[in-house]
Amino acid sequence: MNDIKIRIENLTYSYGDKVALRDVTMDIPANAITVVFGPAGGGKTTLLRLINRLNDLIEGTRMSGRVLLDGKDIYAPGTDVIDLRRRVGMVFALPLPLPGTIRENVEYGPRLAGIRDPARLEEIVVRSLTQAALWDEVKDRLDTPASALSGGQQQRLCLARSLALEPEVLLLDEPTSGLDPISTGRIEETLFELKQRYTIVLVPHSIQQAARVADYAAFFLMGELVEWQPGDLLFTNPRDRRTEDYITGRFG
Amino acid sequence: MHPRRWTEFAIESLIRVLGLSSIGFVLLIFLFLLKEGLPAFLQVPPENLLGTRWYPTFDLFGTLPLILGSLLVTATAISIALPLGVATAVFVREVAPGWAREVLKPMIEVLAGIPSVVLGFFGMTVLAPLVRETLDAPTGLTAFTGGLVLAYMALPTIISVAEDALDAVPKSYRDAGLAMGATQWQTIWRVVVPAARSGILTAVMLGMGRAIGETMAVMMVTGNAARMPTTIDSLFRPVRTMTATIAAEMGEVARGSTHYHVLFGIGIILFVITFVLNLVAAGAIFKKRRRGGLR
Repeated sequence: MNDIKIRIENLTYSYGDKVALRDVTMDIPANAITVVFGPAGGGKTTLLRLINRLNDLIEGTRMSGRVLLDGKDIYAPGTDVIDLRRRVGMVFALPLPLPGTIRENVEYGPRLAGIRDPARLEEIVVRSLTQAALWDEVKDRLDTPASALSGGQQQRLCLARSLALEPEVLLLDEPTSGLDPISTGRIEETLFELKQRYTIVLVPHSIQQAARVADYAAFFLMGELVEWQPGDLLFTNPRDRRTEDYITGRFG
Repeated sequence: MHPRRWTEFAIESLIRVLGLSSIGFVLLIFLFLLKEGLPAFLQVPPENLLGTRWYPTFDLFGTLPLILGSLLVTATAISIALPLGVATAVFVREVAPGWAREVLKPMIEVLAGIPSVVLGFFGMTVLAPLVRETLDAPTGLTAFTGGLVLAYMALPTIISVAEDALDAVPKSYRDAGLAMGATQWQTIWRVVVPAARSGILTAVMLGMGRAIGETMAVMMVTGNAARMPTTIDSLFRPVRTMTATIAAEMGEVARGSTHYHVLFGIGIILFVITFVLNLVAAGAIFKKRRRGGLR
């Protein structure tokens, strides 16, 4: 097993009275794709949003337990949240280009981080777009509006935008849910490349996708972590009855 | 079955008649404006109409000082109200805690209900002396004072509409900004406000419409001297707007005289200016939408 990048300990989280996560404990290994899957309302998105503290601004929530990144509690007082979010990038289900051109979208994060040198920015744009498998399609029109791209291209642009910050962890919340099979295949191939360098946590949009890409898989049901283990084991030989029912399509 | 069909028919016709008649009224007003105003452009030679001197008693109908006066006061008002209004909207929607938003929003909307004559009175008795003393000017009734009062009048509209526009920006936009390591302020400035751009533009156009058409408050605080606002200090000198001219002179003009027609002619000019402004704004919004994606 690889090194542990993220450790989640006894994490319980609720929005008002609604409990979203119930006493979750799991490890997320470095340089691998960890798939978090299960039926809707299982707490998958909440888990992802807690790893980069995106839920900080929501009022009326309660949390107990710890989230450790490289052994450090990210909810400890004095944590630099902005820096954390640069280390832990996130891509959402809906591709959402910022207003502006393709280049501006990719440069946005690095510029916020204080990078101004044009040569350096250019290098980042080329590298990120190449990593996101978008470079060949947009290299001639970097200065056109990002909103003119197709849905699949926009999603890869969002991926490139996250990669531009060279994060250590990449959180992907159903990144292919709105895409056709070809674009989906492209993004999955990209993920295989990326996992050499990054730690990836993915909420897949189908069980098939989960089985295709998972190095490790965690099955969530109504806020509870039912089981987690290496992907090839979980999908061929699940330990829990509920996991088996779900992946064989008996419910959900 | 039959009586039912009859009431259905009656209600439908009633609604149709009401709807068509309101369109009809607007059309009639417009035709009346054209009928009374167009003769001005025929009776008065263009070089007189576009002249710089407005002395109706000597048949000098130069509308240029009035047009420029209106534009100067409106531009002043908008350049004060726009940053203030958008900043307030951002504060109310993005920064203020939930309970403060619930209190602030209705309070701001109530401000829009203050009658303009009350604001004019306030401007005349409080603002004008203040402007006179601070600037050590001969009079406090200036274009700047008018701009201040108009800015105040346009603010509630701008804040309220801009706040609605910000409110309509999906939460996922904020997430996307924050997830890239932007601070809350950077997210608001770079993601949320641009995404609400067309709504904010609408807010400004509505505010501008209110400002350029406003009569009473402006008449009370701008001093009403029909001078060309072309010198640098014009902002702090009296001006006269198109609306104030019509309101002030319509009462004492002989019906059917050239002066009478010219006043209506000014009305047409005002109408055209407002119309063009709206067209430009609508065009900008439309173009933005055509480019797709963010509105």
